[in-house]
Amino acid sequence: MSKRQPPNEAQPVVQKLRLRYAKSGRMRFASHRDFQRALERAVRRAELPIAFSGGFSPHPRISYANSAPTGAASEAEYVQLGMREEVNAELIPDALTAALPNGFAITQCVIATSGSVADRLDASLWQLELRGVNREQVAVALNQLKVTPDVTVDRVTKSGVKQVEVGSAILESTVTAMESVAGVEACAILQVVVRHDIPAVRPEDVLTALVEYADLDEPASSVFTRLAQGPLTGDPVTVGDPFSEMR
Amino acid sequence: MTAKSLYQELEPLLAQVRKPIQYVGGEVNATVKEWTDAKVRWALLYPDAYEVGSPNQGVQILYEVLNEQPDVLAERCYAVWPDMEALLREKNIPAFTLDSHRSIRDFDVLGVSLATELGYTNLLNTLDLAGIPIRSADRSDSDPLVLVGGHSAFNPEPLAPFIDGAVLGDGEEPTLTISRLIAEWRESGSPEGRLGLLSKLAAAGVVYVPAFYDISYGSQGHIEAIRPNRPGVPWTVSKHTLMDLDEWPYPKKPVVPVAETIHERMSVEIFRGCTRGCRFCQAGMITRPVRERSAGTVANMVDCGLKRTGFDEVGMLSLSSADHSEIGDLAKGLADQYEGTRTSLSLPSTRVDAFNIELADELSRNGRRSGLTFAPEGGSERMRRVINKTVSEDDLIRTVTAAYASGWRHVKLYFMCGLPTETDEDVLQIARLAREVIRTGREVSGRRDIRCTVSIGGFVPKPHTPFQWAGQLPAEQTDRRLQLLRDEIRGDREYGRSIGMRYHDGEPGIVEGLLARGDRRVADVIEQVWRDGGRFDGWSEYFSFDRWSSAAANVWRDEPIDLDWFTTRERSFDEVLPWSHLDSGLDAEWLWQDWQDALAEDEVGDCRWTPCSQCGVCDQMDTHIQVGPADKVWIPTISVGATAPEMA
Repeated sequence: MSKRQPPNEAQPVVQKLRLRYAKSGRMRFASHRDFQRALERAVRRAELPIAFSGGFSPHPRISYANSAPTGAASEAEYVQLGMREEVNAELIPDALTAALPNGFAITQCVIATSGSVADRLDASLWQLELRGVNREQVAVALNQLKVTPDVTVDRVTKSGVKQVEVGSAILESTVTAMESVAGVEACAILQVVVRHDIPAVRPEDVLTALVEYADLDEPASSVFTRLAQGPLTGDPVTVGDPFSEMR
Repeated sequence: MTAKSLYQELEPLLAQVRKPIQYVGGEVNATVKEWTDAKVRWALLYPDAYEVGSPNQGVQILYEVLNEQPDVLAERCYAVWPDMEALLREKNIPAFTLDSHRSIRDFDVLGVSLATELGYTNLLNTLDLAGIPIRSADRSDSDPLVLVGGHSAFNPEPLAPFIDGAVLGDGEEPTLTISRLIAEWRESGSPEGRLGLLSKLAAAGVVYVPAFYDISYGSQGHIEAIRPNRPGVPWTVSKHTLMDLDEWPYPKKPVVPVAETIHERMSVEIFRGCTRGCRFCQAGMITRPVRERSAGTVANMVDCGLKRTGFDEVGMLSLSSADHSEIGDLAKGLADQYEGTRTSLSLPSTRVDAFNIELADELSRNGRRSGLTFAPEGGSERMRRVINKTVSEDDLIRTVTAAYASGWRHVKLYFMCGLPTETDEDVLQIARLAREVIRTGREVSGRRDIRCTVSIGGFVPKPHTPFQWAGQLPAEQTDRRLQLLRDEIRGDREYGRSIGMRYHDGEPGIVEGLLARGDRRVADVIEQVWRDGGRFDGWSEYFSFDRWSSAAANVWRDEPIDLDWFTTRERSFDEVLPWSHLDSGLDAEWLWQDWQDALAEDEVGDCRWTPCSQCGVCDQMDTHIQVGPADKVWIPTISVGATAPEMA
């Protein structure tokens, strides 16, 4: 008696595109889900031939990897698109950027061959702009943190308090200073290479650790930016380009 | 005026609040015009959170209509949540618009969309946060005009001291007229300041200015008279009616929120107005007559809108969408056009008939058939005659059966509790109906996993409806009846587990009723509630009935009026209602007769296909029904991606 609709057929993926994108300005306040919706709509606006999954509620074939937290800016976020038709990868960054809200920008697009980007995102290079504290204070606190064992901070999430092990995840760190420009007060700039442990250490956790374990004064405000994300290479360690070895 | 962006100051706060994205603007299709190029600047406020306000069609339409004018600009603003409010107050940052983050106080007009009464405390809070005196009498020439519109503006009396004016009816043309009048007034040297401008707007008949009317009260608390208190002010103020909707295809490029909102889709209004005549429905009464957009215009709006937004769902909105005279062709045409594009089409179904199922089947051709919604509104046939929702039980069962038979698994039924003349038995009939729905549904589908959810809202009598004279059911009675119904459904061992029930407590409905049918004396209660911390009254986690009832008791301790007087008391025909001078076009005698017909369980027909029932609107407003394809035939462009002609 009952007629059920046949589910949509899944569309075969003929080309996988790997994108690097940035979020900055006002859009750093977008959550991961906000970006997902914005990207799906941008793909439609740009009329890109994305492939859809099958079933009763088909979804575009888009896979995300390790998104930066809400409020953090980033120059190195990664996403993969499964296309149902081949496209010219060189045209993608401009086409998609034009279709996204200002503040999201697709900065690179490569055609994937094998492996997954997510597997190559071993660590991040984070920059912490700490306003209202100076370089010396941060440098002192950082040295203190390095010699402190078992640096663990509490992060309050919707589902309760989560313990995050910070100390062992920080692999490298440097502190510089930025002069006061155009009304923005002078600040210390801390760059840290953070290994992607589970749970992942966020820049806010690093700051919390500096305040709680090394007596750094709470900055007046702070802006966090992910500068790079990728495999760990070299000695001292740096964060490599996840695309470099997989074209 | 040296308005500047507050974004630099806001930025550090954004990291400290929940869902900061809602405060940053910058969405696709948001418009930021050059501040100094505009002669008249509007801030458009929806007094609820961004997630609720952003999809609002009224604001979206006016935002575009105003911004299309070369010398006018409009920016959007919404209520801020308490976490943001606390930071704004602490840092002394005023309420701001999303588009250029300027203080709301820097604008010429604050245009407020009042879709629901439960946003009134948010309006006061936004004014206060903006540094605008909450009372109109305390405002100076440098404060914006505070104008309200939307359905609740048909009785703006509870807000009278807080607003400078109200616009009744469709806002497209009045906002343009107001902009022009403001520009003219300013060019002629702003004669008589703020008062001069308001007089000009009132004399033009475009804005109702409460301060220009005196209300006198009798010793029993009733209104004795409503009179203009200055020359040149009309005795009654009429609503505006936009004709020829094809000429106004807005929104053409809806703002695409980055934040999650309550409706993640594009909406196209396929017609405005409704003459079904449901007696509880304020929207249907105040938006007459029916004015359709042609199928061609709708198709064009859908096509252009999808291209400009990237949405993957289109909702065809109106008060009873399946009534559009070309709906069959439209549904089939759009389903053909978007076949294979993973674009879903939806029709908020309210009517209960088999045709509706065909439409729903057509629109969901390639998609999921999860849930289908019908609104019988009354549980018993008797109740449905009272409210003029003309559907028989047989029709209802036949329709729902057809839905299950064509693969729908879940049917949602909307009802109201607390309707005039309602008894416990009428409400218990909802359970019987739901059982019957499941019983026949199992039979025709051969499955046991079909479901039926009944959603029940408390009835709130609204101005400009035949039920404007009715006594509202006390909250405890509403709660008791719903409890009886719940027990009845839960106690059913055979079908109860297939029936879900959703309902709300009666208390918020009483406050809604107070604000809907209140007069100017309610204003002090609203202010008291706001001062006591009242915010976001439409949200159960923020609503406090105690706050409202104690404020009312306190403010009216020496008056012959109280909460019950405004809500549960039945009115007589002779009573001067607070909105008697505000003309929705409906003839008072016709409304009263319709109220008497309701009590007699007599039904009235729809003037689109039965003779005119003389409601008075078309004569009074010099308007007429606009339905039918006229001379235009729309042929869908079947090839996907074919470009429809750009809209003007």
